[in-house]
Amino acid sequence: MKKLAILGAMTVAGLSAGVASAATLDDVKARGKLNCGVTTGLVGFAAPNANGEWEGFDVGVCRAVAAAVLGDPTAVEFVPTTGKTRFTALASGEIDMLARNTTWTFSRDVDLGFEFVGINYYDGQGFMVPKELGVSSAKELDGATVCIQTGTTTELNLADFFRANNISYEPVPIETNAEAQPLYLEGACDVYTTDASGLAATRAAFENPSEHVVLPEIISKEPLGPLVRHGDNQWGDIVRWTLNALIAAEELGVTSANVAEMSASAGSNPEINRLLGTEGTLGEMLGLEADWAKKAIMAGGNYGELFEKNIGENTPIGLARGLNAQWTEGGLLYSPPFR
Amino acid sequence: MSDTHAQTVAFVRDTMLPEQPPPASEAGVIKWMRENLFKGWFNSILTIVALYFIFKIVTGAYPWFANGIWTTSSLAECREMLDGMTGACFSVLTERWNQLLFGFTYPPEAYWRPTLAFVLLIVAIAPVLYPKAPRQLLVFTGIYPFVAYWLIWGGTLLAPLMILAGLIAGYFAFKQFERQSFAMGMLAGLVAAIVVIWAGGIIPASLPDALALQAVQSRDLGGFMLNMILGTVCVSLSLPLGILLALGRQSSMPIIKWICVIFIEFIRGVPLITLLFVANVVLAYFFPPGSNIDLVLRVIIMITMFSAAYIAEVIRGGLAALPRGQYEAADSLGLDYAQATRLIIMPQALKISIPGIVNVAVGLFKDTTLVSVISMFDLVGMIRGPILASTEWNGVYWELWGFAVFLFFIVCFSISKYSQWLERQLATDHR
Repeated sequence: MKKLAILGAMTVAGLSAGVASAATLDDVKARGKLNCGVTTGLVGFAAPNANGEWEGFDVGVCRAVAAAVLGDPTAVEFVPTTGKTRFTALASGEIDMLARNTTWTFSRDVDLGFEFVGINYYDGQGFMVPKELGVSSAKELDGATVCIQTGTTTELNLADFFRANNISYEPVPIETNAEAQPLYLEGACDVYTTDASGLAATRAAFENPSEHVVLPEIISKEPLGPLVRHGDNQWGDIVRWTLNALIAAEELGVTSANVAEMSASAGSNPEINRLLGTEGTLGEMLGLEADWAKKAIMAGGNYGELFEKNIGENTPIGLARGLNAQWTEGGLLYSPPFR
Repeated sequence: MSDTHAQTVAFVRDTMLPEQPPPASEAGVIKWMRENLFKGWFNSILTIVALYFIFKIVTGAYPWFANGIWTTSSLAECREMLDGMTGACFSVLTERWNQLLFGFTYPPEAYWRPTLAFVLLIVAIAPVLYPKAPRQLLVFTGIYPFVAYWLIWGGTLLAPLMILAGLIAGYFAFKQFERQSFAMGMLAGLVAAIVVIWAGGIIPASLPDALALQAVQSRDLGGFMLNMILGTVCVSLSLPLGILLALGRQSSMPIIKWICVIFIEFIRGVPLITLLFVANVVLAYFFPPGSNIDLVLRVIIMITMFSAAYIAEVIRGGLAALPRGQYEAADSLGLDYAQATRLIIMPQALKISIPGIVNVAVGLFKDTTLVSVISMFDLVGMIRGPILASTEWNGVYWELWGFAVFLFFIVCFSISKYSQWLERQLATDHR
């Protein structure tokens, strides 16, 4: 199935390269809504709440782009996609952008014809095992049965890791994270592997989280980020710089609480002025209004606020900032300057 | 004569003895148990083992149900209230009840519309399913699809009305030309329907707000409602299509025959999930980017084609089972092909095919859950995606899946019970 989806995506990406390269910005403005591809449900990243409103970290990126382009963070049509349908949905023009914790890889960027506009979460693949198994390192997992989501990069990483260490494993293919939890708890597999953020979220939902350990090895780099189609660079720039605006806003201390005040008139920090449109013409260069970044930040707050609200340490998922801290605090988040 | 006995026998009873109750071991519960549960040592052992397992299951599951919690707003609260006891967290069902039934994007103030459509569905299928229901209701059955479309999708009532008007015009044209020949009638009917629908399309376009309900996008449909819509629509569409395909496959006209054979064999040779992927991802490339054909419509077309191919084969079995004499009898009465098929062949062939058709229908209804794989939020999609991925309900499994099993069981079991009843009703041969 995974091969089918990728093959389909490749064949068809070629076919439709000409079709879909029309100006996405104009389409979005004419439609009055941003079609944003998200996951069908992943704790903390994207899931509808009891009232049917989408919430989560990836959803926040969609809302920020909608606010920057259309001025309204609710003008988003969330198109749920699975690991198999996400790339075709983007290539066929059904969605304008995909924010579905998708790993930035060479082949997806180059071969499938997509453009990753940045990284909104630095993740890595880890392993979770029951404590009673007495395993302290992933290298002791010889012969283990491993629950793994199909159609994802984790599948390939797992094969690489076990081959490199010359140990064997038996994969138990599963479709979604929700499916993996009961399988793992009932002992259908000894090990559950997925991105470390997913492991943390899964473990937090267990009845007895302390009976399970996440092994220290992180076997892959999983830079997750939003992506758009090849061939419309203006639209790619808009999504890229909206994400950068959220990251830069945190670095510069612009939050959803003080952005209205800061953007009322030009302040003392010229970069903040340029970002918020009180100085310079950055918005015009993007083809947007001068206060685009202000609207994006007001949609859900800056990067740090989005993180804390959806997946941070005060949420049930409880992820530490780690690699996702600003570069000034030892993390990898580093927005190019707004100038 | 009468005194012979008087001399040989001391006493002759001249009244009947009152009836005695049968011995306790030959009557009532004890007899039933002896005959059904403890007949021979092997059956006795089996009974005792079975009783043991039933006892274990009931005592094991009882506290889970009895301690069930219905009022919390998250799994963590459930666990807190249970405090280590065994117990179900049914709160997920009460909190997400509407999402399970209608999906999470259907406008809440419009929930009455699909509910009403469901109630009307029962009224509309009654005359089709039960011969004793008043015949006048058939008119309502004819109108129902248009009413249901209007209720569920909203928009102006004029659009479905125009299509209805087109179909009525087509029917009258068919009646007009049917005397000449069946094919002539079909052609005239088709032309009339298309002309009226095309011409009438101008009216709803110019009056989009006349008699309009709040419009609902197809992608906003979800939950069990979506399963019901797909199931009912696809079964009712695939039955006539299947009949046509089965007749086409038996046809002596080579082109029609081969089209039907290739269609049936191709569709049966491809898994449904593949067809759904085609509907979801591949078809989008064949249409120009703006003209997005509704996803639900695409899925309905695919599922209908799939089940029509299976139903066609079931009906072909029914046709093959009819004795050759029936065809010849119809011919000798001077009936043409359309009349013979309608009046003689099909009623008998369909009766033979009922179990097979019901089998396909039940299977199809359950197969509608496959749409969750192409990111549509039917009941299974809702559970797998949004509900299990919410921070509150991450980790609730038995309650949700049990609920899904319960809903599907009710529907499938009723279909199966109905078909058994129908077979008994139609059993005119005395075997």
